[in-house]
Amino acid sequence: MSEMSWTLIKFGLVLVGLLQVVPIMLWVERRGSALMQNRLGPNRIGPLGLFHAICDTVKFIFKEDPIPSHVDRFYYLLAPIVCVIPAFMTFAVIPFASSITIDGQVINFQVADLNVGILYIFAIASLGVYGIMMAGWASNNKYALLGSVRSSAQMISYEISMALSIVGILMIYSSVKLGDIARLQGETLVQLGSVAIPKWGIFVQPLGLIIFTTAAFAETNRLPFDLPEGESEIVAGYHLEYGSMKFALFMMAEYLNMTVASAVISTLFFGGWQLLPGMQFALDALAFDGMNREWARIAFEVMSFTIKVAFFMWVFVWVRWTLPRFRYDQLMSLGWKGMLPLSLLNIVITAGLIALGVI
Amino acid sequence: MTFYIFAVIAVVFALTLIFKKNPVSSAFSLIVVFLSFAGIYAVLGAHLIAAMQIIVYTGAIMVLFIFVIMLLSADVPDLDYSRTSKTTKITALIGGLTLWGILTWMFKGAELTKTGTHTEEWITQSGGNTQVLSELLFSEYILPFELTSILLLAAIIGAVAIAKRKRGKKT
Repeated sequence: MSEMSWTLIKFGLVLVGLLQVVPIMLWVERRGSALMQNRLGPNRIGPLGLFHAICDTVKFIFKEDPIPSHVDRFYYLLAPIVCVIPAFMTFAVIPFASSITIDGQVINFQVADLNVGILYIFAIASLGVYGIMMAGWASNNKYALLGSVRSSAQMISYEISMALSIVGILMIYSSVKLGDIARLQGETLVQLGSVAIPKWGIFVQPLGLIIFTTAAFAETNRLPFDLPEGESEIVAGYHLEYGSMKFALFMMAEYLNMTVASAVISTLFFGGWQLLPGMQFALDALAFDGMNREWARIAFEVMSFTIKVAFFMWVFVWVRWTLPRFRYDQLMSLGWKGMLPLSLLNIVITAGLIALGVI
Repeated sequence: MTFYIFAVIAVVFALTLIFKKNPVSSAFSLIVVFLSFAGIYAVLGAHLIAAMQIIVYTGAIMVLFIFVIMLLSADVPDLDYSRTSKTTKITALIGGLTLWGILTWMFKGAELTKTGTHTEEWITQSGGNTQVLSELLFSEYILPFELTSILLLAAIIGAVAIAKRKRGKKT
Protein backbone atom coordinates (compact mmCIF):
# COMPACT_ATOMS: atom_id res chain seq x y z
CA MET A 1 0.00 0.00 0.00
CA SER A 2 1.14 3.53 -0.65
CA GLU A 3 2.07 5.97 2.07
CA MET A 4 -1.02 8.02 1.31
CA SER A 5 -3.44 5.17 1.96
CA TRP A 6 -1.63 4.34 5.23
CA THR A 7 -2.00 7.96 6.29
CA LEU A 8 -5.70 7.80 5.48
CA ILE A 9 -6.09 4.59 7.52
CA LYS A 10 -4.30 6.12 10.51
CA PHE A 11 -6.35 9.29 10.11
CA GLY A 12 -9.58 7.27 10.15
CA LEU A 13 -8.44 5.22 13.17
CA VAL A 14 -7.63 8.32 15.22
CA LEU A 15 -10.81 10.16 14.21
CA VAL A 16 -13.12 7.22 15.01
CA GLY A 17 -11.22 6.49 18.22
CA LEU A 18 -11.50 10.10 19.38
CA LEU A 19 -15.21 10.20 18.61
CA GLN A 20 -15.73 7.08 20.73
CA VAL A 21 -14.03 8.73 23.68
CA VAL A 22 -16.79 11.30 24.15
CA PRO A 23 -19.77 8.99 24.93
CA ILE A 24 -17.55 6.71 27.02
CA MET A 25 -16.25 9.64 29.05
CA LEU A 26 -19.81 10.92 29.50
CA TRP A 27 -20.69 7.58 31.06
CA VAL A 28 -17.50 7.43 33.14
CA GLU A 29 -18.05 10.94 34.44
CA ARG A 30 -21.66 10.33 35.47
CA ARG A 31 -21.10 6.90 36.97
CA GLY A 32 -17.78 8.00 38.49
CA SER A 33 -19.34 10.98 40.23
CA ALA A 34 -22.13 8.71 41.47
CA LEU A 35 -19.56 6.26 42.82
CA MET A 36 -17.80 9.03 44.73
CA GLN A 37 -20.99 10.52 46.09
CA ASN A 38 -22.30 7.13 47.19
CA ARG A 39 -25.29 7.05 44.83
CA LEU A 40 -26.20 4.96 41.81
CA GLY A 41 -26.04 7.35 38.89
CA PRO A 42 -27.74 6.67 35.54
CA ASN A 43 -28.47 2.94 35.42
CA ARG A 44 -31.75 2.57 33.52
CA ILE A 45 -30.76 2.01 29.91
CA GLY A 46 -28.46 -0.85 28.97
CA PRO A 47 -26.10 -2.78 31.25
CA LEU A 48 -24.77 -0.44 33.99
CA GLY A 49 -26.44 2.47 32.20
CA LEU A 50 -24.00 2.25 29.28
CA PHE A 51 -26.55 3.27 26.64
CA HIS A 52 -27.45 6.54 28.36
CA ALA A 53 -24.81 8.25 26.21
CA ILE A 54 -26.59 7.15 23.02
CA CYS A 55 -29.91 8.48 24.32
CA ASP A 56 -28.19 11.75 25.27
CA THR A 57 -26.81 12.14 21.76
CA VAL A 58 -30.18 11.43 20.16
CA LYS A 59 -31.77 13.95 22.54
CA PHE A 60 -29.15 16.59 21.66
CA ILE A 61 -29.66 16.13 17.92
CA PHE A 62 -33.47 16.22 17.95
CA LYS A 63 -33.89 18.97 20.53
CA GLU A 64 -35.32 22.30 19.44
CA ASP A 65 -32.44 24.55 18.49
CA PRO A 66 -33.36 28.19 19.06
CA ILE A 67 -30.96 31.05 18.38
CA PRO A 68 -31.50 33.93 20.85
CA SER A 69 -32.41 37.18 19.13
CA HIS A 70 -29.75 39.26 20.91
CA VAL A 71 -26.72 37.31 19.69
CA ASP A 72 -24.24 38.06 16.92
CA ARG A 73 -25.48 35.29 14.62
CA PHE A 74 -22.31 34.61 12.61
CA TYR A 75 -19.91 34.33 15.53
CA TYR A 76 -22.52 32.59 17.67
CA LEU A 77 -22.77 29.76 15.15
CA LEU A 78 -19.04 29.72 14.42
CA ALA A 79 -17.89 29.44 18.05
CA PRO A 80 -18.68 25.74 18.73
CA ILE A 81 -16.97 24.76 15.48
CA VAL A 82 -13.88 26.79 16.37
CA CYS A 83 -13.86 24.99 19.73
CA VAL A 84 -14.06 21.46 18.35
CA ILE A 85 -11.71 21.58 15.33
CA PRO A 86 -8.44 22.34 17.22
CA ALA A 87 -9.36 19.61 19.72
CA PHE A 88 -9.40 17.06 16.91
CA MET A 89 -6.31 18.50 15.18
CA THR A 90 -3.96 18.25 18.14
CA PHE A 91 -4.02 14.45 18.22
CA ALA A 92 -2.29 14.29 14.81
CA VAL A 93 1.27 14.27 16.16
CA ILE A 94 0.75 11.86 19.06
CA PRO A 95 2.31 8.42 18.44
CA PHE A 96 0.01 5.62 19.61
CA ALA A 97 2.41 2.76 18.79
CA SER A 98 5.97 2.37 17.49
CA SER A 99 6.67 1.44 13.89
CA ILE A 100 6.25 -1.71 11.83
CA THR A 101 8.08 -2.70 8.65
CA ILE A 102 5.92 -4.21 5.91
CA ASP A 103 7.78 -5.23 2.73
CA GLY A 104 10.59 -2.79 3.50
CA GLN A 105 8.19 0.09 4.14
CA VAL A 106 8.42 1.55 7.63
CA ILE A 107 5.04 2.63 8.99
CA ASN A 108 4.95 4.93 12.01
CA PHE A 109 1.78 4.78 14.04
CA GLN A 110 1.37 8.53 14.16
CA VAL A 111 -0.79 10.52 11.75
CA ALA A 112 1.83 13.19 11.02
CA ASP A 113 5.47 12.95 12.08
CA LEU A 114 6.10 16.69 12.07
CA ASN A 115 9.52 18.15 12.66
CA VAL A 116 8.09 20.58 15.22
CA GLY A 117 6.35 17.84 17.22
CA ILE A 118 5.15 19.08 20.58
CA LEU A 119 5.22 22.72 19.41
CA TYR A 120 2.44 21.83 16.99
CA ILE A 121 0.27 20.72 19.92
CA PHE A 122 0.92 23.98 21.77
CA ALA A 123 0.19 25.99 18.63
CA ILE A 124 -3.10 24.29 17.80
CA ALA A 125 -4.26 23.92 21.40
CA SER A 126 -3.90 27.67 21.89
CA LEU A 127 -6.51 28.19 19.14
CA GLY A 128 -9.18 26.48 21.23
CA VAL A 129 -9.52 29.54 23.46
CA TYR A 130 -10.88 31.56 20.53
CA GLY A 131 -13.95 29.35 20.39
CA ILE A 132 -14.62 30.16 24.04
CA MET A 133 -13.93 33.88 23.58
CA MET A 134 -16.11 34.00 20.47
CA ALA A 135 -18.94 32.18 22.25
CA GLY A 136 -18.80 34.51 25.23
CA TRP A 137 -18.64 37.65 23.15
CA ALA A 138 -21.21 36.67 20.52
CA SER A 139 -23.74 35.58 23.18
CA ASN A 140 -24.09 39.23 24.19
CA ASN A 141 -24.67 38.28 27.79
CA LYS A 142 -22.85 39.56 30.88
CA TYR A 143 -22.24 36.12 32.39
CA ALA A 144 -21.06 34.67 29.09
CA LEU A 145 -18.66 37.58 28.54
CA LEU A 146 -17.34 37.23 32.09
CA GLY A 147 -16.76 33.55 31.46
CA SER A 148 -14.81 34.14 28.28
CA VAL A 149 -12.72 36.95 29.80
CA ARG A 150 -11.87 34.66 32.72
CA SER A 151 -11.04 31.89 30.29
CA SER A 152 -8.64 33.99 28.25
CA ALA A 153 -6.85 35.28 31.36
CA GLN A 154 -6.56 31.74 32.67
CA MET A 155 -5.29 30.36 29.37
CA ILE A 156 -2.57 33.00 29.05
CA SER A 157 -1.43 32.47 32.64
CA TYR A 158 -1.20 28.70 32.51
CA GLU A 159 0.08 28.33 28.97
CA ILE A 160 3.39 29.85 30.04
CA SER A 161 4.02 27.41 32.90
CA MET A 162 2.80 24.57 30.69
CA ALA A 163 5.28 25.36 27.93
CA LEU A 164 8.13 25.96 30.39
CA SER A 165 7.43 22.74 32.30
CA ILE A 166 8.27 20.56 29.30
CA VAL A 167 11.56 22.34 28.52
CA GLY A 168 13.26 19.93 30.94
CA ILE A 169 11.88 16.93 29.02
CA LEU A 170 13.02 18.42 25.72
CA MET A 171 16.52 18.98 27.14
CA ILE A 172 16.82 15.40 28.41
CA TYR A 173 15.63 13.68 25.23
CA SER A 174 17.09 16.43 22.94
CA SER A 175 14.14 16.33 20.58
CA VAL A 176 10.77 17.99 20.12
CA LYS A 177 9.42 15.06 18.13
CA LEU A 178 6.97 13.06 20.21
CA GLY A 179 7.94 9.86 18.37
CA ASP A 180 11.60 10.29 19.41
CA ILE A 181 10.64 11.18 22.99
CA ALA A 182 8.45 8.07 23.32
CA ARG A 183 11.16 5.83 21.81
CA LEU A 184 13.97 7.18 24.02
CA GLN A 185 11.90 6.49 27.12
CA GLY A 186 12.41 2.77 26.49
CA GLU A 187 16.04 3.06 27.67
CA THR A 188 16.94 1.82 31.13
CA LEU A 189 17.56 4.50 33.74
CA VAL A 190 18.65 2.38 36.72
CA GLN A 191 18.97 -1.38 37.11
CA LEU A 192 17.70 -2.51 40.52
CA GLY A 193 18.53 -6.20 40.70
CA SER A 194 16.32 -7.87 38.12
CA VAL A 195 13.99 -4.86 37.85
CA ALA A 196 14.94 -2.26 35.24
CA ILE A 197 13.56 1.22 35.88
CA PRO A 198 12.85 2.70 32.42
CA LYS A 199 13.85 6.26 31.53
CA TRP A 200 10.26 7.48 31.68
CA GLY A 201 9.64 11.20 32.09
CA ILE A 202 8.16 10.75 35.56
CA PHE A 203 11.48 9.41 36.92
CA VAL A 204 13.66 12.12 35.40
CA GLN A 205 11.20 15.05 35.57
CA PRO A 206 8.85 14.57 38.57
CA LEU A 207 8.47 18.33 39.11
CA GLY A 208 7.79 18.85 35.40
CA LEU A 209 5.03 16.24 35.57
CA ILE A 210 3.29 17.98 38.48
CA ILE A 211 3.44 21.42 36.83
CA PHE A 212 2.37 20.09 33.44
CA THR A 213 -0.58 18.15 34.85
CA THR A 214 -1.79 21.13 36.88
CA ALA A 215 -1.51 23.41 33.85
CA ALA A 216 -3.31 20.82 31.73
CA PHE A 217 -6.26 20.93 34.15
CA ALA A 218 -6.36 24.70 33.79
CA GLU A 219 -6.03 24.60 30.00
CA THR A 220 -8.89 22.13 29.64
CA ASN A 221 -11.10 24.22 31.96
CA ARG A 222 -11.67 21.31 34.30
CA LEU A 223 -12.25 21.52 38.01
CA PRO A 224 -10.58 22.81 40.19
CA PHE A 225 -9.95 25.41 37.45
CA ASP A 226 -13.36 25.57 35.79
CA LEU A 227 -13.84 29.29 36.45
CA PRO A 228 -14.92 30.03 32.85
CA GLU A 229 -18.03 27.92 33.59
CA GLY A 230 -18.45 28.31 37.35
CA GLU A 231 -22.15 27.36 37.64
CA SER A 232 -22.58 28.89 41.08
CA GLU A 233 -20.99 32.22 40.13
CA ILE A 234 -21.65 32.95 36.46
CA VAL A 235 -24.38 30.39 35.74
CA ALA A 236 -22.60 28.45 32.97
CA GLY A 237 -20.15 30.99 31.62
CA TYR A 238 -19.37 31.07 27.95
CA HIS A 239 -21.87 28.42 26.78
CA LEU A 240 -24.79 29.89 28.71
CA GLU A 241 -26.76 30.83 25.58
CA TYR A 242 -26.19 27.55 23.76
CA GLY A 243 -28.57 24.63 23.54
CA SER A 244 -28.95 21.23 21.90
CA MET A 245 -26.11 20.00 19.66
CA LYS A 246 -24.23 23.32 19.83
CA PHE A 247 -23.89 22.87 23.58
CA ALA A 248 -22.92 19.25 23.00
CA LEU A 249 -20.08 20.44 20.73
CA PHE A 250 -18.63 22.44 23.64
CA MET A 251 -18.84 19.33 25.81
CA MET A 252 -17.18 17.33 23.04
CA ALA A 253 -14.37 19.87 22.79
CA GLU A 254 -13.82 19.65 26.54
CA TYR A 255 -13.60 15.85 26.52
CA LEU A 256 -11.38 15.83 23.42
CA ASN A 257 -9.03 18.35 25.04
CA MET A 258 -8.92 16.08 28.08
CA THR A 259 -8.03 13.14 25.84
CA VAL A 260 -5.24 15.07 24.14
CA ALA A 261 -3.93 16.31 27.50
CA SER A 262 -3.94 12.73 28.86
CA ALA A 263 -2.22 11.47 25.70
CA VAL A 264 0.47 14.17 25.97
CA ILE A 265 1.02 13.40 29.67
CA SER A 266 1.37 9.68 28.89
CA THR A 267 3.67 10.32 25.94
CA LEU A 268 5.96 12.80 27.68
CA PHE A 269 6.07 11.34 31.18
CA PHE A 270 4.88 7.72 31.06
CA GLY A 271 6.61 6.25 28.04
CA GLY A 272 3.78 6.68 25.55
CA TRP A 273 3.42 3.37 23.73
CA GLN A 274 6.20 1.70 25.76
CA LEU A 275 4.83 -1.57 27.13
CA LEU A 276 3.49 -1.56 30.67
CA PRO A 277 5.32 -3.78 33.19
CA GLY A 278 4.41 -7.41 32.60
CA MET A 279 3.25 -6.96 29.02
CA GLN A 280 6.60 -8.06 27.64
CA PHE A 281 6.15 -11.43 29.41
CA ALA A 282 2.66 -11.79 27.97
CA LEU A 283 3.97 -10.99 24.50
CA ASP A 284 6.78 -13.56 24.86
CA ALA A 285 4.38 -16.15 26.29
CA LEU A 286 2.10 -15.86 23.25
CA ALA A 287 5.09 -17.07 21.18
CA PHE A 288 4.06 -15.72 17.80
CA ASP A 289 6.66 -15.63 15.06
CA GLY A 290 7.41 -13.54 12.01
CA MET A 291 4.87 -10.94 10.98
CA ASN A 292 2.29 -12.09 13.54
CA ARG A 293 4.73 -11.28 16.34
CA GLU A 294 5.21 -7.78 14.95
CA TRP A 295 1.47 -7.18 14.77
CA ALA A 296 1.01 -8.58 18.28
CA ARG A 297 3.68 -6.16 19.49
CA ILE A 298 1.80 -3.27 17.85
CA ALA A 299 -1.45 -4.44 19.44
CA PHE A 300 0.18 -4.55 22.88
CA GLU A 301 1.70 -1.10 22.35
CA VAL A 302 -1.65 0.38 21.36
CA MET A 303 -3.16 -1.35 24.40
CA SER A 304 -0.59 0.08 26.85
CA PHE A 305 -0.99 3.56 25.34
CA THR A 306 -4.78 3.29 25.67
CA ILE A 307 -4.53 2.08 29.28
CA LYS A 308 -2.24 4.99 30.18
CA VAL A 309 -4.51 7.53 28.50
CA ALA A 310 -7.60 5.98 30.12
CA PHE A 311 -5.94 6.21 33.52
CA PHE A 312 -5.28 9.94 33.14
CA MET A 313 -8.82 10.49 31.89
CA TRP A 314 -9.97 8.85 35.09
CA VAL A 315 -7.65 11.17 37.06
CA PHE A 316 -9.40 14.12 35.42
CA VAL A 317 -12.80 12.78 36.58
CA TRP A 318 -11.40 11.82 39.97
CA VAL A 319 -10.02 15.29 40.64
CA ARG A 320 -13.18 16.97 39.39
CA TRP A 321 -15.35 15.23 41.97
CA THR A 322 -12.80 15.54 44.77
CA LEU A 323 -11.56 19.12 44.81
CA PRO A 324 -13.64 22.29 45.17
CA ARG A 325 -13.24 25.20 42.76
CA PHE A 326 -10.45 27.76 43.22
CA ARG A 327 -11.26 31.38 43.91
CA TYR A 328 -10.22 33.64 41.03
CA ASP A 329 -7.37 35.42 42.86
CA GLN A 330 -6.10 32.07 44.16
CA LEU A 331 -6.03 30.78 40.60
CA MET A 332 -3.99 33.74 39.39
CA SER A 333 -1.54 33.73 42.29
CA LEU A 334 -1.03 29.98 41.92
CA GLY A 335 -0.33 30.41 38.21
CA TRP A 336 2.01 33.37 38.36
CA LYS A 337 3.59 33.10 41.81
CA GLY A 338 3.64 29.35 42.25
CA MET A 339 3.85 27.48 38.99
CA LEU A 340 5.88 29.92 36.88
CA PRO A 341 8.86 30.18 39.31
CA LEU A 342 8.69 26.43 39.91
CA SER A 343 8.87 25.64 36.20
CA LEU A 344 11.83 28.02 35.81
CA LEU A 345 13.49 26.32 38.79
CA ASN A 346 12.85 22.97 37.10
CA ILE A 347 14.68 24.15 33.97
CA VAL A 348 17.68 25.35 36.03
CA ILE A 349 17.87 22.09 38.03
CA THR A 350 17.56 19.94 34.89
CA ALA A 351 20.23 21.96 33.09
CA GLY A 352 22.52 21.57 36.12
CA LEU A 353 21.95 17.82 36.30
CA ILE A 354 22.63 17.45 32.58
CA ALA A 355 25.80 19.53 32.89
CA LEU A 356 26.97 17.32 35.79
CA GLY A 357 26.19 14.25 33.71
CA VAL A 358 23.68 12.76 36.17
CA ILE A 359 20.88 12.31 33.60
CA MET B 1 -0.98 26.29 -5.81
CA THR B 2 -1.35 25.98 -2.02
CA PHE B 3 0.45 29.30 -1.72
CA TYR B 4 -2.30 31.03 -3.70
CA ILE B 5 -5.02 29.58 -1.48
CA PHE B 6 -3.35 30.91 1.66
CA ALA B 7 -2.43 34.18 -0.03
CA VAL B 8 -6.01 34.84 -1.15
CA ILE B 9 -7.32 34.03 2.34
CA ALA B 10 -4.73 36.36 3.89
CA VAL B 11 -5.58 39.25 1.55
CA VAL B 12 -9.36 38.82 1.90
CA PHE B 13 -9.21 38.74 5.68
CA ALA B 14 -6.74 41.63 5.79
CA LEU B 15 -9.37 43.66 3.91
CA THR B 16 -12.17 42.57 6.27
CA LEU B 17 -9.86 43.49 9.15
CA ILE B 18 -9.73 47.05 7.85
CA PHE B 19 -13.33 47.45 6.73
CA LYS B 20 -15.14 45.75 9.63
CA LYS B 21 -16.37 48.41 12.01
CA ASN B 22 -16.50 46.17 15.05
CA PRO B 23 -13.12 45.88 16.84
CA VAL B 24 -13.72 42.26 17.90
CA SER B 25 -14.58 41.19 14.34
CA SER B 26 -11.42 42.91 13.12
CA ALA B 27 -9.39 41.06 15.72
CA PHE B 28 -10.85 37.71 14.64
CA SER B 29 -10.03 38.56 11.00
CA LEU B 30 -6.45 39.33 12.05
CA ILE B 31 -6.25 35.84 13.58
CA VAL B 32 -7.21 34.31 10.23
CA VAL B 33 -4.56 36.47 8.51
CA PHE B 34 -1.91 35.18 10.95
CA LEU B 35 -3.07 31.60 10.44
CA SER B 36 -2.77 31.87 6.67
CA PHE B 37 0.73 33.35 7.12
CA ALA B 38 1.57 30.25 9.15
CA GLY B 39 0.16 28.18 6.29
CA ILE B 40 2.43 29.97 3.80
CA TYR B 41 5.47 29.35 6.03
CA ALA B 42 4.53 25.67 6.28
CA VAL B 43 4.20 25.45 2.49
CA LEU B 44 7.71 26.91 2.22
CA GLY B 45 8.96 24.11 4.48
CA ALA B 46 9.62 26.39 7.47
CA HIS B 47 7.58 24.35 9.94
CA LEU B 48 9.19 25.83 13.03
CA ILE B 49 8.46 29.38 11.91
CA ALA B 50 4.88 28.34 11.14
CA ALA B 51 4.45 26.83 14.63
CA MET B 52 6.06 29.89 16.23
CA GLN B 53 3.83 32.21 14.22
CA ILE B 54 0.76 30.46 15.62
CA ILE B 55 2.09 30.14 19.19
CA VAL B 56 3.35 33.72 19.51
CA TYR B 57 0.99 35.78 17.36
CA THR B 58 -2.24 33.78 17.26
CA GLY B 59 -1.92 32.03 20.59
CA ALA B 60 -0.52 34.76 22.81
CA ILE B 61 -0.61 38.25 21.33
CA MET B 62 -4.09 38.06 19.81
CA VAL B 63 -5.55 36.54 22.99
CA LEU B 64 -4.22 39.59 24.84
CA PHE B 65 -5.57 41.91 22.13
CA ILE B 66 -9.08 40.48 22.31
CA PHE B 67 -8.87 40.35 26.10
CA VAL B 68 -8.09 44.08 26.18
CA ILE B 69 -10.77 44.90 23.58
CA MET B 70 -13.38 42.95 25.55
CA LEU B 71 -12.36 44.57 28.84
CA LEU B 72 -12.00 48.14 27.64
CA SER B 73 -14.24 48.77 24.70
CA ALA B 74 -17.14 46.36 25.04
CA ASP B 75 -19.49 49.35 25.23
CA VAL B 76 -17.59 51.88 23.10
CA PRO B 77 -19.59 52.76 19.95
CA ASP B 78 -18.25 51.28 16.74
CA LEU B 79 -15.51 53.07 14.87
CA ASP B 80 -16.78 55.88 12.67
CA TYR B 81 -14.56 56.54 9.67
CA SER B 82 -16.48 59.62 8.56
CA ARG B 83 -15.13 61.55 11.53
CA THR B 84 -11.51 60.99 10.47
CA SER B 85 -9.90 64.34 9.64
CA LYS B 86 -8.71 65.15 6.14
CA THR B 87 -5.10 65.56 7.23
CA THR B 88 -5.06 62.01 8.62
CA LYS B 89 -6.52 60.61 5.41
CA ILE B 90 -3.97 62.40 3.20
CA THR B 91 -1.04 61.44 5.44
CA ALA B 92 -2.19 57.82 5.48
CA LEU B 93 -2.45 57.79 1.68
CA ILE B 94 1.04 59.28 1.26
CA GLY B 95 2.47 56.85 3.82
CA GLY B 96 0.87 53.84 2.14
CA LEU B 97 2.03 54.84 -1.33
CA THR B 98 5.57 55.47 -0.06
CA LEU B 99 5.71 52.04 1.58
CA TRP B 100 4.40 50.42 -1.61
CA GLY B 101 7.03 52.29 -3.65
CA ILE B 102 9.86 51.29 -1.34
CA LEU B 103 8.82 47.63 -1.39
CA THR B 104 8.55 47.60 -5.21
CA TRP B 105 11.96 49.24 -5.48
CA MET B 106 13.47 46.73 -3.07
CA PHE B 107 12.11 43.60 -4.71
CA LYS B 108 12.60 44.80 -8.31
CA GLY B 109 16.26 43.84 -8.38
CA ALA B 110 15.91 40.70 -6.24
CA GLU B 111 16.92 37.39 -7.75
CA LEU B 112 14.27 34.89 -6.76
CA THR B 113 16.20 31.91 -8.11
CA LYS B 114 19.27 32.59 -5.97
CA THR B 115 19.72 30.00 -3.19
CA GLY B 116 21.95 30.28 -0.15
CA THR B 117 23.82 27.52 1.69
CA HIS B 118 20.68 26.50 3.60
CA THR B 119 18.85 24.59 0.89
CA GLU B 120 15.95 22.30 1.71
CA GLU B 121 18.05 19.15 1.18
CA TRP B 122 20.82 20.47 3.41
CA ILE B 123 18.34 21.22 6.21
CA THR B 124 16.76 17.76 5.97
CA GLN B 125 20.21 16.17 6.07
CA SER B 126 21.35 18.07 9.14
CA GLY B 127 18.37 17.05 11.26
CA GLY B 128 15.47 19.23 10.19
CA ASN B 129 14.25 22.73 10.67
CA THR B 130 14.08 22.89 14.44
CA GLN B 131 17.60 21.63 15.00
CA VAL B 132 19.23 23.79 12.32
CA LEU B 133 17.49 26.93 13.54
CA SER B 134 18.29 26.34 17.21
CA GLU B 135 21.93 25.57 16.43
CA LEU B 136 22.26 28.79 14.43
CA LEU B 137 20.47 30.76 17.13
CA PHE B 138 22.81 29.53 19.86
CA SER B 139 26.06 29.79 17.90
CA GLU B 140 26.27 32.36 15.13
CA TYR B 141 23.43 34.60 16.32
CA ILE B 142 23.92 34.23 20.07
CA LEU B 143 24.64 37.95 20.60
CA PRO B 144 21.48 39.29 18.88
CA PHE B 145 19.50 36.54 20.60
CA GLU B 146 20.71 37.49 24.07
CA LEU B 147 20.35 41.21 23.34
CA THR B 148 16.70 40.62 22.38
CA SER B 149 16.16 38.82 25.69
CA ILE B 150 17.62 41.82 27.55
CA LEU B 151 15.30 44.11 25.59
CA LEU B 152 12.31 41.99 26.63
CA LEU B 153 13.54 41.94 30.24
CA ALA B 154 13.72 45.74 30.17
CA ALA B 155 10.11 45.82 28.90
CA ILE B 156 8.97 43.52 31.72
CA ILE B 157 10.74 45.62 34.37
CA GLY B 158 9.24 48.76 32.86
CA ALA B 159 5.73 47.29 33.02
CA VAL B 160 6.21 46.25 36.64
CA ALA B 161 7.60 49.70 37.53
CA ILE B 162 4.58 51.46 35.98
CA ALA B 163 2.14 49.14 37.73
CA LYS B 164 3.89 49.63 41.10
CA ARG B 165 3.95 53.44 40.84
CA LYS B 166 0.22 53.65 40.14
CA ARG B 167 -0.63 51.51 43.12
CA GLY B 168 1.63 53.64 45.34
CA LYS B 169 -0.20 56.83 44.34
CA LYS B 170 -3.63 55.45 45.11
CA THR B 171 -2.88 54.37 48.67
